[in-house]
Amino acid sequence: MSELRRILDPLRIFGSLRAAITVAAALVLLQIPADAARDDALAIDLSQDLIGISTGFKGADVLLFGATEGNGDVIVVVRAPNSQVIVRRKERVAGIWVNASELVFDDAPGFYHVAASAPLEDLLPLPVLDANQIGTDHIAFNPHFLLSLDQEEAFRSALIRNKQRSSLYSTGLQEVGFRGSRLFRTRVALPVNVPTGDYNVTVYLVQDGAIADRSESLLQVRKVGFEAKVTEFAFEQAPLYGLIAVIIALIAGWFAGFVFRKV
Amino acid sequence: MTIYLPIAEMSVDVFLILLMGGGVGFLSGLFGVGGGFLMTPLLIFIGITPAVAVATEANQIVAASVSGVLAHMRRRNVDFKMGAVLTVGGFAGSSFGVGIFTFLRDIGQVDLLVQLSYVLFLGIVGFLMLFESARAIFRSRTGTATRGKLHQHTWLHGLPFKMRFRRSRLYISALLPLGIGFFVGILAAIMGVGGGFLMVPAMIYILGMPTAVVVGTSLFQIIFVTANVTFLQAINNQTVDVVLALLLLTGAVIGAQLGTKVSGRLRGEELRGLLALMVLGVCAKIGFDLVSTPEDIYSISETPGFGL
Repeated sequence: MSELRRILDPLRIFGSLRAAITVAAALVLLQIPADAARDDALAIDLSQDLIGISTGFKGADVLLFGATEGNGDVIVVVRAPNSQVIVRRKERVAGIWVNASELVFDDAPGFYHVAASAPLEDLLPLPVLDANQIGTDHIAFNPHFLLSLDQEEAFRSALIRNKQRSSLYSTGLQEVGFRGSRLFRTRVALPVNVPTGDYNVTVYLVQDGAIADRSESLLQVRKVGFEAKVTEFAFEQAPLYGLIAVIIALIAGWFAGFVFRKV
Repeated sequence: MTIYLPIAEMSVDVFLILLMGGGVGFLSGLFGVGGGFLMTPLLIFIGITPAVAVATEANQIVAASVSGVLAHMRRRNVDFKMGAVLTVGGFAGSSFGVGIFTFLRDIGQVDLLVQLSYVLFLGIVGFLMLFESARAIFRSRTGTATRGKLHQHTWLHGLPFKMRFRRSRLYISALLPLGIGFFVGILAAIMGVGGGFLMVPAMIYILGMPTAVVVGTSLFQIIFVTANVTFLQAINNQTVDVVLALLLLTGAVIGAQLGTKVSGRLRGEELRGLLALMVLGVCAKIGFDLVSTPEDIYSISETPGFGL
């Protein structure tokens, strides 16, 4: 693997150099004012950048707000780190529903939320939505095996549907509200079953069917306090955790038996 | 009041869990079964993944069984020697069962196995018990009870390594309880149960133990088998949620004490008849879920595939 990286590295440097040159050339050609490409065109902030999952956690609402330089539409994408997800399809075998076929997706975000001030298809052309993975239909899930396109599409939409059912992917397009022509805000609802990790928040400023600017921010979701300690203990010291779980049960059972003898 | 469960990674109502623990605990004290065959499906029903439900329930049964066995020990209704032999078989069986569970979880067939085991074993045991207890109740009511032979001699009694079990008034081969312990141990690990609903009938009908000793001895060996399952699930799958287990067992230990008190007032065959009906009810519900068309024929899981 590391050998592969060594070979790829020079290519990558060359690639990014080429990209930089292309961008610079494009800017000159299109005569875009230099400051439009800077972060100034879009400023964002979150009401909180750390969500702590503790004993009383019931989900959380994060308020995202920002300002744009000049007119334009705004798209907000919040996504949790990717993980590998297996989608299984049941079939009836001898009258019983059995998992019969499966497709592994390597890069399924654990949480995906998209909001915009106008329908996505009206704002950006499909190749741009695909390239930037904007919208649940445009996430690159990277399936493991090549199936026929029909089958792959069935598994892909099943993945989205299942995630939506557990409120982890947004259903439809959430709203970004403008106050005046420059201030905007949107609410990101994190359900109680959110995965932990460093979430990426990307805000796109769209002008004339193209991405004019983008701004990124980090949203951390962590187990804190007691919940964090229990999880860490269970995974890092599994044998001791198991032993203590058994001892707690023995003591609790004995204690109850002891208490009830007196009654 | 809700609480976030660290391993199950979901939020549950504390009172609902306490109530479930209490209700199932009462039945476990009443019938001398761990109650797992009711609790595990209930946990899955409220949205806890089968892997966490099975492992956590094993942990809870440890406590319920300790509390139950204390009451039976005071009435001298535990055959420790028999319990020890059953436990040896149970340890081996449950270790093997956790291995099977982990393997099937990886290939995506654990739910099917859990459901099929439930339908098959609850079905068989439920019908046998119902039939037997109905006959016993009928006989005692009509007063035509004819006392047959104490027990019948079959090839099972010709097996080697005979041992004397004083409390059970038996002189049988140690291979019998060892084999029963092993087999029930496997199912205990796979189904997230103590195995009492299988162990109790096996003790009565295969070993020929007196009914009075059966419940206490079953509980006694369940403690060790479920402790083993808890420990192994914690190591292999990290699916034991102590917070959930503590909530369940708080309700369950109280319920179990009350259940044990009530059980003294009911006749053995009536108890078995009631238990049989309940076992069949759970069996029918799970069987129906297997054959009825699911809401979505696609499901997702984050568990890495086999070989990863």
